Amino acid sequence: MSAIATKGTTSPAFLDSLRTLLGDGLITSREELRTYECDGLTNLRVVPAAVVLPSTAEQVQAIVRLCAREHVAFVARGSGTGLSGGALPVEGGIVISLARLNRILEIDIANARAVVEPGVINTAVTQRVAPYGYFYAPDPSSQTVCTIGGNVAENSGGAHCLKYGFTTTHVLGLEVVLPDGSLVQIGSKALDAPGYDLSGVFVGAEGTLGIATKIILRIVRRPEVIQTLLAAFDSTNAAGAAVSDIIASGILPAAIEMMDRLSIQACEAAVHAGYPECGGLLLVELDGPAAEVEALMGRVRQKCLANGAWPQIRVAQTEEERALIWKGRKAAFAAMGRISPNYIVQDGVIPRTALPAVMEEIERLSSAVGLRVANVFHAGDGNLHPLVLYDRRIPGQEEAAERLAGDILKICVRAGGSITGEHGVGADKKMFMSEMFAEPDMETMQLVRCAFDPEQLSNPGKIFPRTRLCAERPGPYVPHPLELSGEAQLF
Amino acid sequence: MPGISKAAKPNLAQTLEVLRSIVGDAGVRRGAPADAVCGVVPELCVEPADEAELSGVLQYANEAELMVSPRGGGTKLDWGTQPQGVDLAISTARFNRVLDYAPCDMTVTAGAGVSIAQLQSTLATHGQRLALDPLWPERATIGGVIATNDSGALRVRYGGIRDLMIGATIALADGTLAASGGKVVKNVAGYDLPKLMAGSLGTLGIITRAVFRLHPLPECSQTLSWTFADCQRAKDFMLAISDSLVVPSGVQMRTGGYRSVDVDVRIDCIAAGIEPQIEAVRKLAGEVRPTEPEAGPWQMREQLWKPGGDTNPSCILKLSVLPTQLASVAEFVRSSLGSPQHANSGRAGDPGSGWTLLMHSTGLGWLRLDFGEDGSMECARLAEFISVLRALLVSAGESAVLLQAPPCVREKVDIWGDAGSALSLMMRIKQQFDPRGIFNRGRFVGGI
Repeated sequence: MSAIATKGTTSPAFLDSLRTLLGDGLITSREELRTYECDGLTNLRVVPAAVVLPSTAEQVQAIVRLCAREHVAFVARGSGTGLSGGALPVEGGIVISLARLNRILEIDIANARAVVEPGVINTAVTQRVAPYGYFYAPDPSSQTVCTIGGNVAENSGGAHCLKYGFTTTHVLGLEVVLPDGSLVQIGSKALDAPGYDLSGVFVGAEGTLGIATKIILRIVRRPEVIQTLLAAFDSTNAAGAAVSDIIASGILPAAIEMMDRLSIQACEAAVHAGYPECGGLLLVELDGPAAEVEALMGRVRQKCLANGAWPQIRVAQTEEERALIWKGRKAAFAAMGRISPNYIVQDGVIPRTALPAVMEEIERLSSAVGLRVANVFHAGDGNLHPLVLYDRRIPGQEEAAERLAGDILKICVRAGGSITGEHGVGADKKMFMSEMFAEPDMETMQLVRCAFDPEQLSNPGKIFPRTRLCAERPGPYVPHPLELSGEAQLF
Repeated sequence: MPGISKAAKPNLAQTLEVLRSIVGDAGVRRGAPADAVCGVVPELCVEPADEAELSGVLQYANEAELMVSPRGGGTKLDWGTQPQGVDLAISTARFNRVLDYAPCDMTVTAGAGVSIAQLQSTLATHGQRLALDPLWPERATIGGVIATNDSGALRVRYGGIRDLMIGATIALADGTLAASGGKVVKNVAGYDLPKLMAGSLGTLGIITRAVFRLHPLPECSQTLSWTFADCQRAKDFMLAISDSLVVPSGVQMRTGGYRSVDVDVRIDCIAAGIEPQIEAVRKLAGEVRPTEPEAGPWQMREQLWKPGGDTNPSCILKLSVLPTQLASVAEFVRSSLGSPQHANSGRAGDPGSGWTLLMHSTGLGWLRLDFGEDGSMECARLAEFISVLRALLVSAGESAVLLQAPPCVREKVDIWGDAGSALSLMMRIKQQFDPRGIFNRGRFVGGI
């Protein structure tokens, strides 16, 4: 918490300036501020000093300028659905909600582009372009409520990123208010703007490099047909073997999802999707030109059967059937409430082929600790979402669950994977960064931070386990007071 | 040789001695004209054997403030603005091993000096590929392709190198080796530095290895070509394909000073899927009948550069426009540089045809401008043309970057054009990564 504590706080004069600027777009009452004390990761809470709700990019810029002048930390927030505490407020700092910057500014079908403000809801983009036969591809499970700005911060994925890529694949440029209050255009509607790929590094930076006020998106032509197959297996290992076979045969499905027995039970209890009670359920979606999908679906079916799928394989042909199959999967996290009073949603990634070994390891840990773990995977890209089930009322269980969730991440890294596939590092996982990266790796990443935000005002204390103090190099070296006090290091 | 602290600079003998102690006698040699970076011949060329040696060389170069130019296969050494000087060309030639290929996970880690062709042949043994078709794959290395962000016709379907690269290790100016990204396709831990390296032209560090996601090789591939009377119709056809249910792996327009407009369309998929897609494309072309393509339409981008170097001076521009502007750019070039006098009597790349334009449906294009033997295209006129073209493009965020140009044009126009409002941010990134400015000083956008 070192660097954070040194930030300025919101003086009455500062708040007055905000009030003049925003009128009713300023929240300071303790009660209302509580709404913003956490995001989707509810075990971390900080009540901010104030929340501002700007309606224009100019207002965002004016707010950030004030923060820069007064040295007040700020945290941008979309809908607050993030699962890693990325929008967790900073003590003494303000939250800048982008909810009112919710206009779709431009739809350009001929060039397959859309220009939106950060507060636009993910599905709103698809709704606007659907009449023209297009969609916006990244589809995090929270897509009906989460914002594009939040997706940009987290580089959100979703079930279909196996084929279509992540938010970063679909963001061509941004208008950004930098932490010093200046406004820059990075990237553009056309590809390969001369210079560094700043969009590439801004997307996924979890709000630590500034605030996007305008986002240029790529939209995608809706495929001719979409077919979704549901196959039951005795175990996740058998289902995993089928996944490997499908991929090895040269098929790139739009999505491959897997659920284990516990997840299936929870989903059935919650939404009655008609899932068979089995040890491993596979959902494979193919999309594209009709003839190709038809032929490939035959191959997928064959690969499933060859790996022990139960004979009754379902293929959804209509939009309704498809929606029902997906309904269970998309409700999986929330469905855990049906079988456990509390649960932790974990997000790790492994190379697809490591699945059997990793599953075995998770099972071993789970029984050793005596806590159940339900597993939901984006199996095509090795993204695991183990759900650690526990009961907060039982003393010690919450801590045990947190330890188990952390141990699962370590297993993922040891298998050659990552500590997060789509939920972000945020406040939640920064201590796990060093499981994956060496000090020089993280120091080098923070060079980018120093270029964008040398004062570290934009969402400080996230991603990195230690804050790097930024210095102009080379030049006469003057130690920072925090360095002298041993609270931070200058690398 | 210019430098910021000449006085402190070691002499050549001292430098040689230190470098030999790091990379051995065989790892260092004097620079030759063939090593020139935008016309600047490096004093010395160094070939470290591994990352540790590279790190040692960089530590020394940084302390001594030697100007460094990283190089891979040396195919694009003339891209960019002429650097202020090159004391050391550091080659990744010995980083030439595929380090970790996991066919079942469809990922590969390779040393930066592995050529694209070498990588593809390794991957082909498992029916896979890096879905990227950059220039000169036999010689171009993955490090060089990342640094120059070169991409070909496959981009329309698979994206550019930024979209295919999932991890990278870079050596910074001070010798620090830093990894970012990872070995799995889906990963959001930490900043996405691999993307920052894409197109950075060796100004932030030296890429030592990179990790890529792979795609299966297509079972079948078919290309057909259509000839249109004008660019407008060709563009309409290209946009209609983009707006259709067809999934092409390449759509390009080819035209030039003496010819009409050809459009090539490639479909890659399983055998059962090819015919319906080709049929759909035929319908979109309306009355115009397809022809069997001329030999190697997808190699024509490469042919804009003359094999063995140009005898006549010429310019090559990389264009980036919105797909809807494909025709207006072509028409602007035609109206500025001359309309066809002998329509259809030439081929793309024919000497004397004046100019050749190749544009992909993504909006990326390459324009070759030949200087006529009769002096009809002289420097001043070309420089003027480029300035006017850029003025037309800039408001929509479009651009025209000179990849090849004779000195007389380089003197008159900036190679890169306008970098926009983010230039000072880019300069701060450069300052952070390379505070002494040893890497490719002055070669990049805005003098970076």
